[in-house]
Amino acid sequence: MALRLRLDKPWRPLTAEVVDRLPGQLGVYQIADAKGTIVFIGQAGARSTFGLRSELQREASQRASGHQFRMEVNQQYRTRWLELLMVHQADHGSLPTDNAKNPPPALGRLSPN
Amino acid sequence: MDFEPSSEQQMLIDQVRRYVREEIIPLEAKLDPDAAELDPADHARLVEKTKAMGLYGIDIPKEFGGPDIDIVTRVLLAIEMAQHRAGLYVPCYGTFGGAGLAQIFEANEDQKERYLYPTLRGEKKPFFGLTEPSGGSDPARAIQTKAERKDNGWVLNGAKIFISGADRAQYGIVFARTDASKGRAGITCFIVDAGTPGFHVRRVVHTLRSSSYATELEFKDCWVSDHQILGEVNKGFAVANDRLTRQRIPYAAGCIGVAIAAHEMAIEWAKMRSTFGDKLANRQAIQWMLVDNEIDIRTARHFTLEAAEKARRGLPFRTEAAIAKLTASEGGGRVVDRAMQIHGGMGMTKDLPLERWYREMRIRRVGEGPSEVQRMVIAREILGSSLR
Repeated sequence: MALRLRLDKPWRPLTAEVVDRLPGQLGVYQIADAKGTIVFIGQAGARSTFGLRSELQREASQRASGHQFRMEVNQQYRTRWLELLMVHQADHGSLPTDNAKNPPPALGRLSPN
Repeated sequence: MDFEPSSEQQMLIDQVRRYVREEIIPLEAKLDPDAAELDPADHARLVEKTKAMGLYGIDIPKEFGGPDIDIVTRVLLAIEMAQHRAGLYVPCYGTFGGAGLAQIFEANEDQKERYLYPTLRGEKKPFFGLTEPSGGSDPARAIQTKAERKDNGWVLNGAKIFISGADRAQYGIVFARTDASKGRAGITCFIVDAGTPGFHVRRVVHTLRSSSYATELEFKDCWVSDHQILGEVNKGFAVANDRLTRQRIPYAAGCIGVAIAAHEMAIEWAKMRSTFGDKLANRQAIQWMLVDNEIDIRTARHFTLEAAEKARRGLPFRTEAAIAKLTASEGGGRVVDRAMQIHGGMGMTKDLPLERWYREMRIRRVGEGPSEVQRMVIAREILGSSLR
């Protein structure tokens, strides 16, 4: 039985009030603009101070208002992050705009069902 | 057999040990604890260093331009190369180069031009497509991927699972059944280009080894020409089996390297850490754990070098390779577990490499033939020779 491939949780506003209440666990997240277009897929790895909370606090402080996020607590943050990037590339033909600026080396190709 | 390294081997061991401690470990301290690769600039810089050491392309046979390293020396170096956080699966982050898949050295001249030489030049990466959802321990019987004759070629249909690197490879070696009536004598080995219509990397398979992932493949009416057959029709299993046996020796060596690194950490910690007014090292419970570590490591090292020595001499080494793989993967797991116990809470954190080794070492009891299959191989030898 395969795990869920795509992140399909509801979007939440990327604001300090919301992200300050997030858990400190490790995992992955997506950032979308106000129209719901995914602009970045990120990971909260073991070197982050407070996991998803600190990564998304940083995102909230650096992005204009109106952005949204959704996240997944996941100890396998590295492979899940690569998987989400590959699935996005397969679905949309390219990486999210902010990932495309600095893509991971040797990203693989998936053709998911 | 005398397994003390010769002076030449010791020189190489010291060289690689220094390289791991002075080049790899300091870089690793800045990476994510689950990292599987270096920054490309660091990788390129270190490749130049291993070239200068004369050890780049360490697994490439001499006649193809590799250094002249025999398998015993290779084991001794593999033990050293594994002694860092990512060392079990990505020893030295690949900075000693790769030889691709051993089977490609058996390819015909045309195939060597198209696959082997570009692989040795680092232009192409392969994957090894053997295991299927129907099972991996007994691949000869489990293979259900079919290849049927059509239009001067073969049409592949089926699935593969737990395949590493298929999503980034330019080609792969794929085993398929070409004669359903012949068991292991009905399997053929094909070289499949990544872009071949009908070849799909369907999904990522997440495992305990969270630094990397495996993939699941689908072949759907995937046509390949006769030129893509590696070896001969219906003789593919011998190609796979040879690799599986030979691979067990360096596989064991990696386990030993990580076990040594974990053991050394535990010794250092036991000498430093005090509880209830005394050093851990002075507690019998801790001493016995360290003694058991030492015995597990020495046992695995002895059997792995014995297997390598037999292979080096051209003697049969199937049983020895199974013993090496079994003792190193099981013993290595016990060593890492005890080292974590000695470290207490710190041993469970991602601050130390122990938790990564613990997860990855668990896979070693299954990968490259599970412990039970190794025992089966050894039992056949014992029973077949009337208990010696």
